[in-house]
Amino acid sequence: MATENSVAEHVSPADIEAAGRCVGPDGGAIGMPQLCFDWFPNQIFWLLVTLVAIYFVLSRIALPRIAAVLAERSGTITNDIAAAEEFKMKAAEAEKAYEKALADARAEAQAIAADAKAEVQKEVDAAIAKADAEIAARTSEAEAKIAEIREGALASAEEVAKDTAGEIVAALGGKADAKAVNAAVEARLKGAS
Amino acid sequence: MATEAHGAEDSLAFHPMDQFMVKPLFGDGAVAWYTPTNVTLWMALTVLCVILLLVIGTRRRAVIPTRSQSIAEMAYGLVHKMIEDVCGKDGLKYFPYIMTLFMFILLANMLGLLPYAFTTTSHLAVTVVLALFVFISVTVIGFVKNGAHFLELFWVSSAPLALRPILALIEVISYFVRPVSHSIRLMGNMMAGHAVIKVFAAFAPLILFSAVGIAVTPLSILAITAIYALELLVAFIQAYVFTILTCVYLKDALHPSH
Repeated sequence: MATENSVAEHVSPADIEAAGRCVGPDGGAIGMPQLCFDWFPNQIFWLLVTLVAIYFVLSRIALPRIAAVLAERSGTITNDIAAAEEFKMKAAEAEKAYEKALADARAEAQAIAADAKAEVQKEVDAAIAKADAEIAARTSEAEAKIAEIREGALASAEEVAKDTAGEIVAALGGKADAKAVNAAVEARLKGAS
Repeated sequence: MATEAHGAEDSLAFHPMDQFMVKPLFGDGAVAWYTPTNVTLWMALTVLCVILLLVIGTRRRAVIPTRSQSIAEMAYGLVHKMIEDVCGKDGLKYFPYIMTLFMFILLANMLGLLPYAFTTTSHLAVTVVLALFVFISVTVIGFVKNGAHFLELFWVSSAPLALRPILALIEVISYFVRPVSHSIRLMGNMMAGHAVIKVFAAFAPLILFSAVGIAVTPLSILAITAIYALELLVAFIQAYVFTILTCVYLKDALHPSH
């Protein structure tokens, strides 16, 4: 290695030019390999092959595919947003319908309750009226009875008063004139009442 | 011990440029234009990686992408958006060509960072062909699309009349320097980073031969790591820069008026 290195160091530029090579005797590079024109045709050839290969892969397969995927994605996103908008509108409509139904139901319930109340009220009124009528009938019946009783009592009292007055007159030794006693008692009773 | 000491001298001999040598894959013969060499191997691997990433990676055509499909879509989107932003809609016609350049340079740069790899984009022959391809295409497109109006690119109509001839001269020179800077920027960046890594790598085994190595070896390994990270960045940025400059040149060809 050491001897080879020293040989490499002692290669004159003229020798390199004469050899037309870019590699030193030790297998290392002489100067910049980038400036070695012997290697240019090889690099340029393979570069052109590579570029053509990449170009065909990209233009025939990769780029159309990626473009299609990106277009599909943006289409999907647009569609999804539109669908979401539609669903949102539908949901709002459904909510409105629900609220309307709820309000209707409430109104109906109130109407039914009012009807029921009115019916019950009617029945109650009818029952009260019937009860009142019954009470009135019973009252008048009772009053009639009371009047009858009172009249009976008055008549009895008059008879008792007449009899008693006659007896009292007789007991006092007077001759009881039945007519006069009755008239006097009646007069008295009239005056009292 | 004597031989070991001798070996230490040898091990510190730097050969940072040997990694750029073109070697035949089979045998030791001369390198003719058709010989399969390490250039062939690493360019074939580049094509393979392009196929793996952009074809195999997207084989499911999923609306919800897998990781590899995401990377493929990001690369597609990056270049597509770059062309659209820089050149406008009419530049998209050249998308497959620019994408070819971008994917080749990016993957060649990245593959070159593998240990024992051969970096095809660190070679002047490669980058000059790429830059000349861009330069010639853009010039032809410019004349085909605009005819003689393409020359308005060199005639700065917004400048004072007296200055215009001088500016025209400068513009013409800068136009013809484009392929030079375009190619040497890429090649220089790739070569320099790899050569520096190799120089630091030569210091790394010093601990085997000398006491100084206790300090030098960890330092050199740390330096290799740091430069490797930087080179990963450079590998991407140079591919990006090459592509965006291509777009800028294409924009000049499509819309030459300033």
